[in-house]
Amino acid sequence: MEEKEEKRKVEMISAKEIRDKYLRHDMMPHIFCTGCGIGNVLDYTLWALEKEGLDMDKTVFLSGIGCSSRLPGYIDVDSLHTTHGRALAFATGVKITNPELNVIVFTGDGDCMGIGGNHFIHACRRNIDITVIAVNNYIYGMTGGQVAPTTPEGDYATTAPYGNLEPAFDMSEMAISSGATYVARWGVKRPNQPINSIQEALQNKGMSFVEMMSPCTTAYSRQNRMGTIEEFWDWYEDKTILAEDYEKIEQYGSEEEKEELEDKIKVGVLHKEKKKSLSERIQELIEEVQV
Amino acid sequence: MNEEELKKAKKAIGEESQFIHGDTAVAYGALLAGCRFFGGYPITPASEIAEKMAELLPKVGGKYIQMEDELGSIASVIGSSWTGAKAMTATSGPGLSLMQENIGFAHMSETPLVLADVQRSGPSTGQPTLGAQGDIMQTRYGSHGDFAAITLSPNNIQETLNYTIRAFNLAEEYRTPVFLMLSADLGHMREMVRIPKEVETFERKRPKVPPEEYVPFGKGDYGKEKVPEFGVFGDGYHTYVTGLTHDDHGFPATDDQEDHDRLIRRQVEKILDDREELTDVEKRSLDDADVALVSYGITSRSALGALNKGREEGKKLGYLRLKTLWPFPIKDIEELSKNVDKIVVAELNLGQIYHKVKEHADKECEIALADKIGGEIHSPDEILAEV
Repeated sequence: MEEKEEKRKVEMISAKEIRDKYLRHDMMPHIFCTGCGIGNVLDYTLWALEKEGLDMDKTVFLSGIGCSSRLPGYIDVDSLHTTHGRALAFATGVKITNPELNVIVFTGDGDCMGIGGNHFIHACRRNIDITVIAVNNYIYGMTGGQVAPTTPEGDYATTAPYGNLEPAFDMSEMAISSGATYVARWGVKRPNQPINSIQEALQNKGMSFVEMMSPCTTAYSRQNRMGTIEEFWDWYEDKTILAEDYEKIEQYGSEEEKEELEDKIKVGVLHKEKKKSLSERIQELIEEVQV
Repeated sequence: MNEEELKKAKKAIGEESQFIHGDTAVAYGALLAGCRFFGGYPITPASEIAEKMAELLPKVGGKYIQMEDELGSIASVIGSSWTGAKAMTATSGPGLSLMQENIGFAHMSETPLVLADVQRSGPSTGQPTLGAQGDIMQTRYGSHGDFAAITLSPNNIQETLNYTIRAFNLAEEYRTPVFLMLSADLGHMREMVRIPKEVETFERKRPKVPPEEYVPFGKGDYGKEKVPEFGVFGDGYHTYVTGLTHDDHGFPATDDQEDHDRLIRRQVEKILDDREELTDVEKRSLDDADVALVSYGITSRSALGALNKGREEGKKLGYLRLKTLWPFPIKDIEELSKNVDKIVVAELNLGQIYHKVKEHADKECEIALADKIGGEIHSPDEILAEV
């Protein structure tokens, strides 16, 4: 009963109240382009923070370099806007030093999978208790639209003028195979699932990874002729399929349905497991050997 | 650091007198200074510092992590420092090259940390197990842009321990990275060391004002007054820390000429205003000297041999050892160059500090270089040959 009461209270808060509570208004206007999905990612994160009731004095946001990495600057909280690709290594130092802090990292596909790839796989392997929210827009947006490790094969970028010759990384699959203990992927168009996933990610005592597929309407859309902003946002809807549905079709679907899967991207909670985090292990070691 | 913490550190270290090498002395000094975080990556000849820290830190409630590379280890140290710990890493030439970007971040974000560099021959992989003094300029000019460095250079194992403590104190006092320069010979050489009974430590100044009045990046008129208070993550100050040019409150101000100028000048001046307080030299036999031997680190031990041998032969030699390399002791070199006819700079590279001495010495004074590379230290005769 009490729980229900609590839930309703959260739902009663307006979007404006959420923004007033969490954002640094003196940092506005923000730098993001019209039609960009990053603002939605921020919005969903704030809702998840509110639902989870995190103490903003005990929460630290970190980021690297790129469009999405400007996000912590807009949130009224301790934050570290670091060097390109290195946010997870900085975050490791923060979390280990004070395990009481909630540590959240914003990153992008270039920041996380390109220059920061090594830090990423090792943060996953360590299962360090950090929540990573990765904005994947398939391109280096901040620098003007160069090809990324996530750019689909054949797509155009300023540095792939004849189409991308390289196969792309799947960020979420990479997180799962590297050892992350909570992995989810969503598009930015619908709010509820990402908000719930970010909240679950915050609750997981280990490395959590939420990939947000987010349209870059300036650098990616123009070069790849994705149409109007509305059309591009809808494209994500057509392109994605719930992981449960994907598996069902894989098992029971017709040949035709199975063929269609080849073009689809799985969304949903893709992986969940319970495993001790590194910060917990270090704490246990200290208790064991302390003089 | 309080009494209890110091007692704990001493208990972890053990015996009061120990026959240890320079790398172990760094670890001991760090523990006594209050260092409670080490982020490292193995590299010869600095690995023993990480090994010792991995063993000792958990014993005093500290945290050790071996990161995936040197870019990550320095990053973890900066993250830890902002979370309130005295934090350090240790490396050698190739690792120092990799760390340069985040060293710049530490300067820009005014993050206290200590970096022990156990130098080996370079460039590139060079001679991993053999000593050199090739990284001196890298600590001063290695990262891009303008900044001032503090770089210390001990020449024996006791001093290495003491200077590690000093490095932490300066890092905390000036909110800046501090470099502690060893070389493979110093890192792996053993001498008797006494663990100091009393240890004076400096803790970074924390803000006392309410969060809305806290200004994390602007302050003061002169020297260390220009060092702002440090709002530790989790204390409720909501500090935004960025490598972008920022205003006094920490927010990006990337297209304002004045903001950048004010920020960087303050960061440089907080150290250079205090140049004379920070610099430290050791002088011997300079009163009647015609020729002065200038050296630092392990090379100063060869220079001392050269001084003694030269004096026995009737040469009027003097000796000046730089214990602090950066900020450069301009005044000491100016004075020295007026009192002698010639200065011989001895170093294990093809000339780094030599150029600084030349820059600041009196134009009448002859400056010679006793350079040596290849992994061996100078014999006294090799230095005397340049006299």
